[in-house]
Amino acid sequence: MIRLIGVEKELGGQPVLQGIDLSIPVGKLTTIIGRSGEGKSVLLKHMIGLMQPDRGEVWVGDVEISRLSGTRLNDVRKRFAMLFQGAALFDSLSVFENVAFPLREKLRMKGPAVARRVEEKLEEVGLTGMGHKFPAELSGGMRKRAGLARALVMEPEIILFDEPTTGLDPLMAKSIHDLIITMHRRFGFTAVMVSHEIPEIFAISDWVAMIRKGKIAAMATAAEFQRTTDPDIHEFISVGGTVALPGLLVG
Amino acid sequence: MTNVIEQLGASAVMRIQEMGRMLLFVLSAFAWLVRPPFRFHQIMKQLHFIGYRSTFVVVLTAGFTGMVLALQGYYSLRKFGAEGVLGSAVALSMIRELGPVLAALMVTARAGSAMTAEIGIMRITEQIDALDTMAINPLQYLIAPKLVAGVIGVPLLVAIFDVVGIYGGSLVGVDLLGVSEGAYWSSIESAVEWKDVYGGILKSISFGLIVSSVCCYKGFYTRQSAEGLGRATTEAVVLSSVLILVWDYFLTSVLL
Repeated sequence: MIRLIGVEKELGGQPVLQGIDLSIPVGKLTTIIGRSGEGKSVLLKHMIGLMQPDRGEVWVGDVEISRLSGTRLNDVRKRFAMLFQGAALFDSLSVFENVAFPLREKLRMKGPAVARRVEEKLEEVGLTGMGHKFPAELSGGMRKRAGLARALVMEPEIILFDEPTTGLDPLMAKSIHDLIITMHRRFGFTAVMVSHEIPEIFAISDWVAMIRKGKIAAMATAAEFQRTTDPDIHEFISVGGTVALPGLLVG
Repeated sequence: MTNVIEQLGASAVMRIQEMGRMLLFVLSAFAWLVRPPFRFHQIMKQLHFIGYRSTFVVVLTAGFTGMVLALQGYYSLRKFGAEGVLGSAVALSMIRELGPVLAALMVTARAGSAMTAEIGIMRITEQIDALDTMAINPLQYLIAPKLVAGVIGVPLLVAIFDVVGIYGGSLVGVDLLGVSEGAYWSSIESAVEWKDVYGGILKSISFGLIVSSVCCYKGFYTRQSAEGLGRATTEAVVLSSVLILVWDYFLTSVLL
């Protein structure tokens, strides 16, 4: 569904992506890992056209989006939703209005139908009765849940998660991961997640890809990834406490 | 010496490039304005913020400006025995210059800085990116309504400024300093012409566009830090104020 072919990107004169070749499997949860500053979030933004590559191609289905703009790019974006690192809720709107926003602005829905759908999504993410609150009144975990509800309300085919648990305590991070996997299994969307949460991501991901020095160093199923014999990757995923010995399945 | 010239040249080129980017930014926003969906409610909301909520500060400024103008004008005109034309002096100053310029500067300080900060925070916290990912054009949703509200709101505020300023002048001139009330108002009637009024309107429309364009642009392209936001807000207010004064001169030279 999403393919990146030879994608290169420079930021501030520094090469960040140096020839990314990546295919995201349909209907699966793929997590992208890597050291800080390797370009994981930059890679994610290329998938939805928030950034354009200097060289290379980005395919969403059978549409190449790297040179698209305006209405044609918006047509592709209708298939997506994104949960940003800070949730990116609109400060001046309540939680209810944030979740209702795409319904009102894109589908031009009005009245009780909006309320029904919003309340349903808030219930699914565990925010029943919180619709009247504003983002400033919410904890970090609650903001992420509200952001997830807003992402889910349009029932997208693809959801991108940019470090969904960064800044949260371990218990809250686990609850967000549990929520993501529950929603993924229920709705079957294609999920691409950028995360630092090792080893937790191996429990929730179908596929794992690692960026190293601007390229994809490895991509495999979560189980196969943990059996890696690459010493650099082995060291990286071992730091979180996962003891990944060749030939051994962990978790 | 060569380095200094190079730096000056580079700085000048950078400023011209930024002006060009700003112009393209404004033109793009207006182009999106005429495409559906039409967000009338958003325009009204911005008009309330830029226009209605600036009324108090504009009235306060206008009142005291008119009063001090009358005070200064009275003592200058009395030397020539011409106190009777105080009304026209206050009115013409207000309508031609002080109304449009001071009202626009007040709107810049109050609403312009707030616009820059609001849009800048949205940029830093990825709310503008969130709009993009929802296939909602930020220029259409966020910027265009503010531009329209600026173009409508500032002229309305200038009209209020002119009226309040003239009455402020009357309060000091007539009630405190003893100028004949009849002379005050009849001198306004005989001196103020339609070209003075439409000159003021033209200025106020262009000042409204300058304030909203510059402040929205600076907020939209804020750098991702608190320092960047602070700098953007300061630059927006300073640049808007300078452009208002510069454009005021050019427009005045054309109109006169």
